[in-house]
Amino acid sequence: MPLRAKVASSVSRTAAALSRAAGRGDGSVIGGWIGLKIDPDLLAHLSSGRAIALVSGTNGKTTTTRLTAAAMQVLGPVATNSFGANMPTGHTSALAKAGATPYAVLEVDEHYLAQVIDATEPRVVALLNLSRDQLDRAKEVAMMAQLWRTALAAHPDVLVVANADDPMVVWAAEGSTHITWFSAGQRWHDDSWVCPECGSPIERRDAQWWCTGCPLRRPQPQWTVEDDGVVDPTGAWHLVKLQLPGTVNIGNAATALAVAAQFGVRPLEAVPRLATVSSVAGRYAQVDRDGRNIRLLLAKNPASWLEAFDMAEEAPTLLSINARDPDGLDTSWLFDVDFAPLRGRQVFITGDRAYDLAVRLEVNDVPFRHVSTFEEAVRAAPPGRLEVIANYTAFQDIRAELDRVN
Amino acid sequence: MSESTLRLVWVYPDLLSTYGDRGNLLILARRAQQRGLPVEIVEVRSDRPLPATADIYLIGGGEDGPQALAAQRLIADGGMHRAVNQGAAVLAVCAGYQLLGTSFYAKGARCHGLNMIDISSDRGPSRAVGELAGEIDPRLGLPPLSGFENHGGRTHLGPGVSPLARVTTGIGNDGQTEGAWHGKIVGTYSHGPALSRNPAIADLLLRWATGHDRLPALDDTWSDRLRGERMAAVARPA
Repeated sequence: MPLRAKVASSVSRTAAALSRAAGRGDGSVIGGWIGLKIDPDLLAHLSSGRAIALVSGTNGKTTTTRLTAAAMQVLGPVATNSFGANMPTGHTSALAKAGATPYAVLEVDEHYLAQVIDATEPRVVALLNLSRDQLDRAKEVAMMAQLWRTALAAHPDVLVVANADDPMVVWAAEGSTHITWFSAGQRWHDDSWVCPECGSPIERRDAQWWCTGCPLRRPQPQWTVEDDGVVDPTGAWHLVKLQLPGTVNIGNAATALAVAAQFGVRPLEAVPRLATVSSVAGRYAQVDRDGRNIRLLLAKNPASWLEAFDMAEEAPTLLSINARDPDGLDTSWLFDVDFAPLRGRQVFITGDRAYDLAVRLEVNDVPFRHVSTFEEAVRAAPPGRLEVIANYTAFQDIRAELDRVN
Repeated sequence: MSESTLRLVWVYPDLLSTYGDRGNLLILARRAQQRGLPVEIVEVRSDRPLPATADIYLIGGGEDGPQALAAQRLIADGGMHRAVNQGAAVLAVCAGYQLLGTSFYAKGARCHGLNMIDISSDRGPSRAVGELAGEIDPRLGLPPLSGFENHGGRTHLGPGVSPLARVTTGIGNDGQTEGAWHGKIVGTYSHGPALSRNPAIADLLLRWATGHDRLPALDDTWSDRLRGERMAAVARPA
């Protein structure tokens, strides 16, 4: 590593440690920010000599990154950005902090994928899904798919691991030379009714989808989910026991196994590692308080709300909605979510934008009670499980009340 | 109303439904049903013909490509045009609002609109993103407009239409006026969705569709609280 990069890397680690010591954060961004100021190529320098997998998509990338890193540990030490700091500053911090590791698994914000592919020259890129997310500032879905497609076309050596169930992902990936398709299911279809290639309607029947105007259609996946397990490309079925809830996470596990396999990890060895993951930066964490078993689920956009409903038990449920900068300022997406699965459960609502949610639930025929604080919801809920589903800053607020549970 | 059932048509949800636009449909249907009006909802995908007899047509927002495609197909279909000529009402939001006019911009090119109202749209100097509020045309007798806008267009109103509102916060058409109305057509840049924050506009459409001058009042506690909160938020200096 050039001297400048060594200095930058060392300063970056120190800054991260200072940030943590000062209680200003987990240090996952500030260190990288300083390091990149000293050496703009620091991420490339820190990446060289490592075999790297990048994981990107609208939803599931933090969890899938964690599962993939766990699977890859079969091979040796793995650097990873486990706090969800998924922009180049976070990648730089993670690699600097990890020191020399033969492998790295990095979660990448979908807007930064092209830039991070250029900097890290990954062996594998995993593409999970694309759906609407924070439309007041994020790129629209078709534009994002186009960015991915262009980025991958410029790197024909990359091994692409991509979701066969998402037409936007398939279109973004299909030009690549080496593709492994997985099927993790797709509950959300409202961003892929129109073919990104030709504009014709996309038809769906069961798991299949196809464009009615051009050859784009669902490719045959090599990795699939079946019951509570994963079928690998040889046809062997592996029972996947996770501490994480929901079939969504079995899908994330399938993706992790497919990525790890590109590095030579056999599913048989990887599967037991997946069961070691219990929570991911507070997501799925369970906290006992006043006789209530509180479980935290993060849901940031319409597709991830559908997934959260799949994971949540039939139990009293608190929904919390904010619309601060990291959440996106527009709450209209609440009407893209069907809250009907919550009917019959005791529902509490809170958060900065609880009134937006109240109007939504009323139209959805879901009875609810408004509470002004998280504490009030805990007191009002009966003893036992309380499911908490919150969007990004609302989730962080509640996590803070629970002593920043991981 | 056609017979005894209120018929709501959601135009091209596969192309134009980006900002919670389904909410407008659900709110209209609910407010009608709460007044004892039977409702039929017709969702029409862009590869199907539009019914030419219905009471209210809803058309939502969308990205550039789908907007241009929707305009082509609506012009070719002609169903909404015929329905409006026979007295149907329309609520059009954002991209759907723009394409009711004579022309609009999508993907860097000028596209033909449906020519149903006297407006034309082009690109503004910057994207308009944020809270939108305004005083609605007094002739409509409605409380102030509240919404959230997210668009790159600017809309110019011809003499054949009236602005829906005078802007107090945000950009709307051009920073001065927001939306347009003519006959039984209402166009707006307001998401939120529009009717969740403005149930009075839902009731205006229902009055137009039913021919009733008055509708029984509903319990609007939560939308009143939401409106109050949003109005207070835009009144505070940022």
